[in-house]
Amino acid sequence: MSASAISLRGIWKFFGEYPAVRDASLDIPAGGIVALLGRNGAGKTTILRMIAGLLRPSRGEVLIDGSPAGPQRHAASIGMVGHGQWLYDDLTARENLHFFARLYDLSSSSEKIDQWLEQVGLWTFRDARVHQFSRGMRQRLTVARALLHAPPILLLDEPWTSLDDRAMDLLSVLLLRARSENRTVVVSSHQLRETLQIAGHLAVIDRGRLIFDGPNRDEFRDAPHDFYQRIT
Amino acid sequence: MTRFLRQTWTIAAKDLRTELRNKEALSAALSFTLVVILLFSFAFDPVSNVEVRDLSGGLLWIAYIFAGILLLNRSFARESANDCLDALVASPLSGGALFLGKAISSCLLLLVLEMASLPLFGVFYSVNWTQNFGTLLLVLVLGSWGFTVIGTLFSAVTANNRLRELMLPLLVFPMTLPALIACVQLTTVILTGDPLGDSVAWLKLLFGFDVIFTLLGAVLLESVLLA
Repeated sequence: MSASAISLRGIWKFFGEYPAVRDASLDIPAGGIVALLGRNGAGKTTILRMIAGLLRPSRGEVLIDGSPAGPQRHAASIGMVGHGQWLYDDLTARENLHFFARLYDLSSSSEKIDQWLEQVGLWTFRDARVHQFSRGMRQRLTVARALLHAPPILLLDEPWTSLDDRAMDLLSVLLLRARSENRTVVVSSHQLRETLQIAGHLAVIDRGRLIFDGPNRDEFRDAPHDFYQRIT
Repeated sequence: MTRFLRQTWTIAAKDLRTELRNKEALSAALSFTLVVILLFSFAFDPVSNVEVRDLSGGLLWIAYIFAGILLLNRSFARESANDCLDALVASPLSGGALFLGKAISSCLLLLVLEMASLPLFGVFYSVNWTQNFGTLLLVLVLGSWGFTVIGTLFSAVTANNRLRELMLPLLVFPMTLPALIACVQLTTVILTGDPLGDSVAWLKLLFGFDVIFTLLGAVLLESVLLA
């Protein structure tokens, strides 16, 4: 691990009067998997959206490689798997990836797209429209979409939701490969066991506040729920 | 600049492809236009009542702007399924390219609808719309563009609003009034076969309107999406 890829400096985010994130400061080192843990509504998604430039902090700042985050500014450096999948139902799997490849100005995109469709096990369904896909197939295509432009930072918001065993294994393989390729991965999840197995660093959020920030340990992996209950 | 144009076309092509596949908005807008043209022709009886032809420009644009609203309602609503708007905002796509891509696709769909309805309009209103087709086409293109640039901007404003279908016409119609008045005046002159004469001023107004609001929309869209 080296210098911070992502820094949160005293960020607050209000939705109306409600503070969804309260004075959170966190340094996420480059090249590693960081788990953002917390219950539903703790503020994990809000933090990921601020890192991706989809939301502006009400106070404080988010820095990506030392410069303030914002729309477009770091778009090529960030890949995101969000709640909404970001896929067009009326386009085929291949057309969806082609569309995003053009947005990210990728050269030799056809080869990359075919490779990704193979890797996520959707080659047979490449010309099927996404509205015909199961939730698991969509999630696999979403992962391919997020990694297509080879971003150094990958943000994953509840990536294991609704995945079958095969898709879960595939995602774990892709995340471990991302770690070996020195990408920075931030995973937000309330699924402790899967997340703690792969994360090297943990940040726990409770009602918008960051209550734990430190390296993952074997004792946490062995008894994830004990760790979580002790913290919260 | 090449990148900007490529991104603009990527958005426009994606919107046209999805619309032509599901025809959600186009089929509703086209049926609406044809029904309005048909109903007005029975209400005013333009074949025996020649003076009604003086109203033809207004009748035509009433049908077009309401059909246009049906098309524009889908412009950014198309992005709300699966949170695709987030994907666009998080990508390197510029706000200007997104705006122009959306406006081009909506304008092309509106022009298709206008071209499809003109022959029917000619038959039911005994109007020779082909006599000055070049000028008529210019007015349709400029008018449709002016309407869609305003509509695209407000479609973005109302994209996440529960009352989107209600809000969009309320915002768009007052803003497009100068352009619509120009369109009605010019279309009536063209369809009645009169020379343009002083109406050239309306054409200049329409052109100026298009330029100003195209620039404004391209500059403002990003702020609108992140507001």
